[in-house]
Amino acid sequence: MEFLRTGTKIILLTMALAIGFSCQATAAVSINGAGATFPYPVYSKWAYTYNRLTGVRLNYQSIGSGGGIKQIEAKTVDFGASDAPLKPAELDKYGLMQFPMIMGGVVPVVHLSGLASGKLKLSAANLADIYLGKITKWNDSRISADNPGLSLPATDITVVHRSDGSGTTWIFTNYLSKISPEWKNKVGNNKAVQWPVGMGGKGNEGVAAFVRMVKGSIGYVEYAYALQNKMTVTLLRNHDGNFVAPTSANFQSAAAGADWAHAKGYYMVLTNQPGASSWPITGASFILMYKTQTKPAQAREVLKFFAWSYNNGARAAMSLDYVPMPAKVVKMVEDTWRNEIHGSGGETIF
Amino acid sequence: MQDHNKTALGDKIFKGLTAFFAAGIALIFIAMIAALWQQSQPSIKAFGLSFLTSMQWNPVTQKFGALIPVVGTLVSTLIALFFAIPISIGIALFLAELAPQWLRGPFGTAIELLAAIPSIVYGMWGLFVLSPIMANYVQPWLKSWLGFIPLFAGPGMGIGMLTAGLVLTLMIIPFISSVVRDVFLMVPQPLKESAYGLGCTNWEVVRDIMIPYGRKGIAGAVFLGMGRALGETMAVTFVIGNSYHLSWSLFAPGNSIASTLANEFTEADGQLYMSSLVELGLVLFFITFIVLGLAQLWLRSKKV
Repeated sequence: MEFLRTGTKIILLTMALAIGFSCQATAAVSINGAGATFPYPVYSKWAYTYNRLTGVRLNYQSIGSGGGIKQIEAKTVDFGASDAPLKPAELDKYGLMQFPMIMGGVVPVVHLSGLASGKLKLSAANLADIYLGKITKWNDSRISADNPGLSLPATDITVVHRSDGSGTTWIFTNYLSKISPEWKNKVGNNKAVQWPVGMGGKGNEGVAAFVRMVKGSIGYVEYAYALQNKMTVTLLRNHDGNFVAPTSANFQSAAAGADWAHAKGYYMVLTNQPGASSWPITGASFILMYKTQTKPAQAREVLKFFAWSYNNGARAAMSLDYVPMPAKVVKMVEDTWRNEIHGSGGETIF
Repeated sequence: MQDHNKTALGDKIFKGLTAFFAAGIALIFIAMIAALWQQSQPSIKAFGLSFLTSMQWNPVTQKFGALIPVVGTLVSTLIALFFAIPISIGIALFLAELAPQWLRGPFGTAIELLAAIPSIVYGMWGLFVLSPIMANYVQPWLKSWLGFIPLFAGPGMGIGMLTAGLVLTLMIIPFISSVVRDVFLMVPQPLKESAYGLGCTNWEVVRDIMIPYGRKGIAGAVFLGMGRALGETMAVTFVIGNSYHLSWSLFAPGNSIASTLANEFTEADGQLYMSSLVELGLVLFFITFIVLGLAQLWLRSKKV
């Protein structure tokens, strides 16, 4: 009996200690965000390093851009994340502001036996006509005209697209709408569209699996995904008329050429940007925050994390095949934080 | 005496508790229909009955119609039943009648284990293993023999309605076969013995005794499988091709209701889009309801 009592005491003591510790753990700052799946790997890598340096914990739920927008509107998170920027009018409606955090490119991938990666050249019009179902064979004269010396088979083209709503589709259809009036009128630009032809795979991995399986297929995936899976990518003719390859440098060139200073609310889509080496289907992933913060201390922690990520996270981003924001854009964003984000009393937070 | 009272009270509590559980299911059922109905109001108001007949599914122009997912759901389920019913009855007969005693246990367990595989595993298997086999062997072969029928025309890419139906077949076989086996095991031994005594062959006993005797149970098993096939999501999403086009060809990609919901729910912004997805769920609810209701009616009319 005496022994039992001692046992109970020890258990109680341990429990008390454990509760004490966990209270301490929850007392540490944690910031919450939700949204886009595309930047999730880099956000979590930044968060891991940042947590070790500062003890601040980031909880990021990659539930999709649509979900991120809904969560920030419901004020359940400190920030939302979206692959497609919100229009200035939408931002104003909710009192939100947004800024670009990280960039990536969308690249066409093909399955043609014997074709090396980065050899097939596609003009903007041809890419649109393939996705409109107007070019149906690989040996079509319009494709071979751009590819002298490349023997293309008489195979049917199978178009593969995303079946789930996604920021990748938003960027891809935004590009097609910019370069093809017919696409703009018939199909349009959204996270999911009514595709004229083809079949849909779920996620980047679903599209990649279909493209790997079906001979003569063409799909589009995130750059990092194409690179890590060694897929056959194509060259695209950009705004300046040059055929360019999908590389980090070319994505950055698209971002650097963009006129961020005049983009109200950072509503900037990086597709079809001018610049000799700009990759035409480039996009940024955005963060959404309220302009008026009811919990200024919390908001300050969020902004400190993003500032740290901008200034110290480039290497980590590049190791995961993302493209960090150019320094001049970072400076512009930090100024915006100072000017636009305030506490409820109007005090500056960052 | 006191003890007796205690038990009576216990019985009452027990009865009340079970009644509460049973009523709870009915309440949840009604609440779900009400919620689906209420959430799909914007879409019902905007499209009315044309929701059921329209082939449009266009998030850009916000025009939505359910015809293609409905057809896809029904066709993939029919393909699955077409293959699964005869195969399952065969398996059940083997396990209940023909297999040697020592084989029945392990074999039966193996079939039941198939039912425990998560559907996403079936989906991945369908995509990475079955689809290439379909594209490289089965579909070219079907096309060369039956290509003149529109059902087997067009390019075979491995992904599409037929492959989705076949994956569903595999998924519902364990359900149907294990129930049918139990039904066959319940056929009274004297009945079978007398038939054998009269000189019936195995086949005649099966056809004239076991199947008629177990008809109701077999039908029940089939509807169980059908219910599962109608609502299957992940496995179908992987292989059906997720395309909003209607085609006679079973090789062509299509879409199903459950697959549409799985694909588009997370990124559906805008009230009408969301509400159309909910209405699609309501339609699936009614399809399942009508199918199972008809099944009940049919079973009652065939009462032995």
